[in-house]
Amino acid sequence: MITVEQKELEKILEMTKGRGRLLVLGCETCAAMSLAGGKKQAEELAVAIRVGRKQSKEEGEVVADAIARQCEPEFVALIEKEVASFDTVLSLACGAGVQLIAERFPDKVVIPGCNTSFLGVTEKLGVWSERCAGCGNCILDKTGGLCPIARCAKQLFNGPCGGSTNGKCEISKDVDCVWQLIIDRLTRLDRLEALEEIFPVKDWSPAGHGGPRRVVREDLEP
Amino acid sequence: MKSGSNLEKILESGQFAVTAECGPPKGTSAMVVQRKGELLKFCCDALNVTDNQTAIVRMSSFSGCVLLKALGVEPVLQMVVRDRNRLALQGDLLGAAALGIHNVLCLSGDHQRFGNHPTAKGVYDIDSIQFIRTVKDMRDEHKFINGEAFSGDAPFYIGAAANPFADPFEFRVTRLAKKVKAGADFIQTQGIFDVAKFAEWMKGVRDRGLHEKTHILAGLIPIKSVGMARYMANNVSGLSVPKQIVDRMADTKDPKEEGVKICLETIEEIMDIEGVHGIHIMAVAWEDIVPRIVEEAGLMPRPVV
Repeated sequence: MITVEQKELEKILEMTKGRGRLLVLGCETCAAMSLAGGKKQAEELAVAIRVGRKQSKEEGEVVADAIARQCEPEFVALIEKEVASFDTVLSLACGAGVQLIAERFPDKVVIPGCNTSFLGVTEKLGVWSERCAGCGNCILDKTGGLCPIARCAKQLFNGPCGGSTNGKCEISKDVDCVWQLIIDRLTRLDRLEALEEIFPVKDWSPAGHGGPRRVVREDLEP
Repeated sequence: MKSGSNLEKILESGQFAVTAECGPPKGTSAMVVQRKGELLKFCCDALNVTDNQTAIVRMSSFSGCVLLKALGVEPVLQMVVRDRNRLALQGDLLGAAALGIHNVLCLSGDHQRFGNHPTAKGVYDIDSIQFIRTVKDMRDEHKFINGEAFSGDAPFYIGAAANPFADPFEFRVTRLAKKVKAGADFIQTQGIFDVAKFAEWMKGVRDRGLHEKTHILAGLIPIKSVGMARYMANNVSGLSVPKQIVDRMADTKDPKEEGVKICLETIEEIMDIEGVHGIHIMAVAWEDIVPRIVEEAGLMPRPVV
């Protein structure tokens, strides 16, 4: 999922100050799984903004709602009528959702209520961690299902570097050295010899360095 | 000869090499580099100029090398892939060849988080092993990473780092093998305090015959104080400083003298290990001690080749 984190309330109050009638719009998929931007968090945030506005004697109604996915036009279409009555939409989706809302409602001010962190997994309640860098050319078959691009601090293809200590990365004792994990896993699978090969230089163009990316499936186009 | 560098001639002729580190200043003074160059030129075969070491911005390695060359000192151009992408790296290599810099040390670089610009974006377009291969292809095939040919020669003697003390230990020889396969002509290791562990790694190196395919220069870090010993023991990833070394530094009345003694003992033990072809002294902020260490290790005068 796309992991998001809600911005600090103070920051949200500052961004929404003087923005009139405000729709706090949750996103019920990734943002909800991140426990930061689902319907529940949208409702809680709306209450907090109302309190903040009341304290600063600011006008403007604050309403919470949510749709299943702010990144899908068909779901965004469901709130067209509702959005019409607001001045501003505070979107709690990831950056993709925020932008589709902005695109669909060109006359509304659209504000992000969350920071988009990464493509990751839930480790346990309250802990998420990065797994995928969206680099456009998956190599997990070669690295035991563990990604050095997303999880090595230096994105080494031929790691580990000289800073790997007791299974941890040199940047922090809280970060696993993914190359240690890769070696452990390939050892368990009796495939360690795969790492004798030198990984060639990567083509970063599908990773976004070739410009903004787009996927076109001609077989599906109407 | 691949490069014709002094370092190459010494190593390829089977002589024991001595190199040392020459850290450029956090400033614009050419004098700092020149002073270190003058100090070290008679006791070393080549001097490594560090490249934004520990991710702290300093005068560039490239300009340090140019300053050393002007003094008649042979430089080793350290290059980290943290700060430059493939275009910049290859462009700098062409420039290095044009300026007669013939030794290159290919490194990943300490993570930017440790330095004085911890909010910087790290580049890491290619990794250190891919970079070694890049330099080799430029030298041997006269080609860039993209396969395109360039004009002129790029005669580099290619160096790489190895850390026998990082984890996983069992994989460290494999990683060296990859660097050798990529094209590393010489290796400068992490600073050695734990000789037993280094010897064990060297055994693995010999078992794979790597000591015959590359020249291993054992890294040494002279210790000045017990504080420095403790700091390295506790705070530097991938450095192994045994307790007895820290204790010796704590118990002595003359820490600098004890530090020199430890360094000389380490050199003596290292020289007995088969496959070690030289030493690399990293006397950070204590370059003045290097001539004495080389002299007392019996490694003077340096060969003229």
